[in-house]
Amino acid sequence: MTTMAILTIFVLSVFVGFEVVSKVSTTLHTPLMSGANAIHGIILVGAILVADGATNTLETTLAIIAVVLATINMVGGFVVTDRMLEMFKGKGGKK
Amino acid sequence: MNSNIYALLGLGVAVSFIMALKGLSAPKTARRGNLIGAFGATIATIIVFFDPASKQHHNTLLIIGAIAFGVIVGVPAARKIQMTQMPQLVALFNGVGGGAAALVAIVEYLNLSAEGKPSTANLIATVFTVIVGSTSFSGSVITFLKLQELMTTRPVVFPAGRFVIAATLVGVLASGGWTIASGGNTPLLVMGLLSLLFGVLFVLPVGGADVPIVISLLNAFTGLTVAASGYVLESTLLIVAGTLVGASGTILTRKMAEAMGRSLFGTLFGAFTAKPQAASEAGEARPVKSGSPDDVAILLNYAQRVVIVPGFGLAVAQAQHTVRELADLLAEKGVEVAYGIHPVAGRMPGHMNVLLAEANVPYEQLVEMEEINPTFPQTDVVLVVGANDVVNPAAKTTPGCPIYGMPILDVASAGNVIFLKRSMRPGFAGIENDLLYDAKTTLLFGDAKDSLTKVVNALKAL
Repeated sequence: MTTMAILTIFVLSVFVGFEVVSKVSTTLHTPLMSGANAIHGIILVGAILVADGATNTLETTLAIIAVVLATINMVGGFVVTDRMLEMFKGKGGKK
Repeated sequence: MNSNIYALLGLGVAVSFIMALKGLSAPKTARRGNLIGAFGATIATIIVFFDPASKQHHNTLLIIGAIAFGVIVGVPAARKIQMTQMPQLVALFNGVGGGAAALVAIVEYLNLSAEGKPSTANLIATVFTVIVGSTSFSGSVITFLKLQELMTTRPVVFPAGRFVIAATLVGVLASGGWTIASGGNTPLLVMGLLSLLFGVLFVLPVGGADVPIVISLLNAFTGLTVAASGYVLESTLLIVAGTLVGASGTILTRKMAEAMGRSLFGTLFGAFTAKPQAASEAGEARPVKSGSPDDVAILLNYAQRVVIVPGFGLAVAQAQHTVRELADLLAEKGVEVAYGIHPVAGRMPGHMNVLLAEANVPYEQLVEMEEINPTFPQTDVVLVVGANDVVNPAAKTTPGCPIYGMPILDVASAGNVIFLKRSMRPGFAGIENDLLYDAKTTLLFGDAKDSLTKVVNALKAL
């Protein structure tokens, strides 16, 4: 991938990121933060990639630790966010 | 797997994350949004095993075992955690994510270095990921300790603290430059360790009440590290997902800071610039008016309008149901009851709404700060249950105190104020509350739930 293509993706993603959360209500700050937190658990994909390519013990050990940590981040993050949002269930919309 | 199909699936996952964030910002769609995100993440985790670009598969079984282990640790933690302790769990999840990103960058660096010095662009991205990921990791651990109250929640400031922090930062950047210039493992190791130290030093001076803002900021940082490691690994998905979190996290951090009336700069560096606290005659015994449950019941019984201000103490005492019983009882007696919810009541923005929703308090009775504040002059009695900082007038009157500038619930303008408190101990921000000594204030000491139960019984007896 060329650097320009990456830069394009990056800049556009920044704007999308700004845009999607611009209208969030205070009530949802905590769940939204928690959800975003779970999404960066996608580093799990990176951890799996490097673990797959690891050739020596040091690399493998570090990569496997990364896989464990990333899994905790991702799975735990989505579960705890769901638990928070469950509380709002059936309470109708805001106001 | 065909590389086009793989890329398309990756694109689908990226879109699912955008939809997740979009969904999460509106109450109606929030839960669905989260599930869409989780679904996308699951797909991404499965398809990466079939990545056409990676030809060797050395450790597949080990990886699957590690994922299973992560699930076994993560899911019960997320399931069992008390809702009151949720902010620190989020901090911890964020920290391990940052740690994972740093490790990924380190492994990829070791891997690339084996074939000669990596390209400068790669080195820059690696250095960025390791610095920010490590900082996020150790910083999050400190926020966890603060929120769990395993260490002091007050700002920790030591002599010449700002110089130590500045020196550490210079050291981090210098070792970063060294890594980029020379490659090799020693500079990277030095840089990683200094970054860990920097994360600790960076969070220590932040006061307890501002910790949520820091969690949000570190969350955005971790997002950016994921994007940077996406650059090194040439994964569009990581770049997009990481950048999304980085950007939305930045906006969210700013919004949180605004909700608390703080500038981001003030939050992070306030502890350095603030004068040693204007110790408002703290410690000296000043007279307070403490009442019995009967006194409180009488005050409430003859009120026209009562506003309940719940705080973290209510949640800790699990007194949500008792407070609701009290509210129902008062409503039967013809008293108008509402709950005044401060945006940061609890430990995080929106935390109290979550806690009260858990106790089935009717949503319509929860009134937000902007709406309830003008009604306090017409309110006879305000019942503050386990809250302190969010009603502390020092936020308006004492420049230089840690919560100065934070919008507060204006309970002082009501006819009477009743505090249910465990002790005279200051709130999470560690500041004295002058309102406690006010003539119109009555204090009822004890566990919030016990106190409320006694008040309910006294009311029934009237």
